[in-house]
Amino acid sequence: MVDYTIIAFLVIIALLCIAPIWYTVAVSFSEKSAVAGGLVTWRPVQFTLSAYETLLSDGSFFRAFGVSVERVILGGGLNFILTVLMAYPLSRSSKQFKMRNIYMWFIIFTMLFSGGLIPLFLTIESYGLLDTIWALVLPGAVPVFNVILLLNFFRAIPKELDEAADMDGAGPWYKLFRIYLPLSVPALATITLFSVVGHWNSFFDGMIFMTQAENYPLQTYIQQLVVQTDISNLTTEELKMIAQMSNKTLNAAKIVISMIPILIVYPFVQRYFIHGIMLGSVKE
Amino acid sequence: MKKVVTTFDSSKIVPNQTVVKRPIIKKDRNTLHYHLMLMPGIILLFLFSIVPMFGVIIAFKDFNPGLGIFNSEWIGLENFRFLFNLPDFVTISRNTLLIAVAKIIVNLVVALCFSLLLNEVRARLFKRSVQTIIYLPHFLSWVILAGIVIDLLSVDGIINQILIFFGADPIMFLASTSWFPFIVVVSDVWKEFGFNTIIYLAALTGISPVLYESAVMDGATRWQQIRYITIPALKPTVVLLATLSLGSVLNAGFDQIFNLYNPIVYETGDIIDTYVYRAGLVNAQFELATAVGLLKSVISFFLIIISYFLASRFANYRIF
Repeated sequence: MVDYTIIAFLVIIALLCIAPIWYTVAVSFSEKSAVAGGLVTWRPVQFTLSAYETLLSDGSFFRAFGVSVERVILGGGLNFILTVLMAYPLSRSSKQFKMRNIYMWFIIFTMLFSGGLIPLFLTIESYGLLDTIWALVLPGAVPVFNVILLLNFFRAIPKELDEAADMDGAGPWYKLFRIYLPLSVPALATITLFSVVGHWNSFFDGMIFMTQAENYPLQTYIQQLVVQTDISNLTTEELKMIAQMSNKTLNAAKIVISMIPILIVYPFVQRYFIHGIMLGSVKE
Repeated sequence: MKKVVTTFDSSKIVPNQTVVKRPIIKKDRNTLHYHLMLMPGIILLFLFSIVPMFGVIIAFKDFNPGLGIFNSEWIGLENFRFLFNLPDFVTISRNTLLIAVAKIIVNLVVALCFSLLLNEVRARLFKRSVQTIIYLPHFLSWVILAGIVIDLLSVDGIINQILIFFGADPIMFLASTSWFPFIVVVSDVWKEFGFNTIIYLAALTGISPVLYESAVMDGATRWQQIRYITIPALKPTVVLLATLSLGSVLNAGFDQIFNLYNPIVYETGDIIDTYVYRAGLVNAQFELATAVGLLKSVISFFLIIISYFLASRFANYRIF
């Protein structure tokens, strides 16, 4: 009896969790009038693809989508390479690599302290990176937290393997690419997921570093056109009018399309990240 | 290299000592490669983390974009004096602390309760499916989730339609100073509680089944097992997470609040980070925004150091 109560409770919570997302999907496939009339609940009413058809002809949406894909590939790739290259030397003990602790404190310091928003903005501006894809990619190029995750994972790899490789005359590059990387797939999948999702989801850098709307990545585009509405000086009646005029189905369709890449990647990496996340947390 | 070779020649060492010496040559050569591997990352960190840190001197200057950061006039602590006298300063500090602390506590408690419940279920597949669903919002951006929340809570949104259906008056949730912080906390829990259960579930799998078996032998009820085995076993994890969260009491969640708030709810919803954004990049008060940002950075820095110190002292925790 207790078991069934618990199961029922968990099911309800899980459904509540997914319901808002499900509702948005339902809205995106419904007829405009049905949405405005408040008829849509858990399934599309008067099923139609018209919102998606309108979206297909919207060039700026797909340009923003393209900018996001570009930053994910460039930024995610750069994150991956730099994380791997930094984690390996830092996973050596300070006996093997004397300067290790100095480097370590340096990167920890950059993680704990920051100049803040304005100095970062002025720096990017002075480098002349505004309105370029590099403004979205370079400031976060070294994900320090991921470096720490991966170096902890490297340290858990048995020393004997390392010593055997030394005996056979393997150099650091060979050891990193032929021994450490192949043994670290769960950790690499986790950090790649983190960095790709982070790049796909971030909107703020696009908003401050891009002055032209045509350079916006997708999340910034959605933020500016769907989410941001200044309702400060409006009455309830006016708000109602705006709500009815605004195209809810089209906005829902935009949200759904922007979720798709995450929903595609998610099931594949899910089995890794639960294990991967524990790497950086409680240890012996 | 050359130096090491000469040492070898000159010091006439017995063979078994050369065996000991050999790794040293190797270590020197490896060190060079280690520096090479670190180089690109260190350069980028220097350019994009360290260089901006020098920009904080704006906080002590009367910044004139025409003159640039270094040529602007020094004015000492004038910006901070101005800041502390600002009525907004009290508001944003209070809002930041309240929202951040409420999020920390509610997230901790909800995730803990949920993991305990999930732990009671034996069916593997069911457990996995529930986990898959509740982790999902964590991977969606606040832009998307705020878009959904705004739509649900709008005047003609589904929540208000339900209220009207039950004969209640519609509520303008996102334009109400009393509802806003509540919505911020609830929507944050929606996004993060599932993900937060991961760490508890991992701690729960670490509990030896023998403990439960012997408890059952002694006739312990299910509740007693939870009360006397599970909860004490989770205590170190809870204490550790609570300690580490000390470092984030000034982070009330910029992305979330920025996408949900509007001028009507500034009184209870405006936080340090959103204020810095508006003061600096919207109203071009660079000095003021930098001063607020610097103050936050410095306090956070010390809070994180303290929390790590406490965590390593009392929970044996080390990040690296």
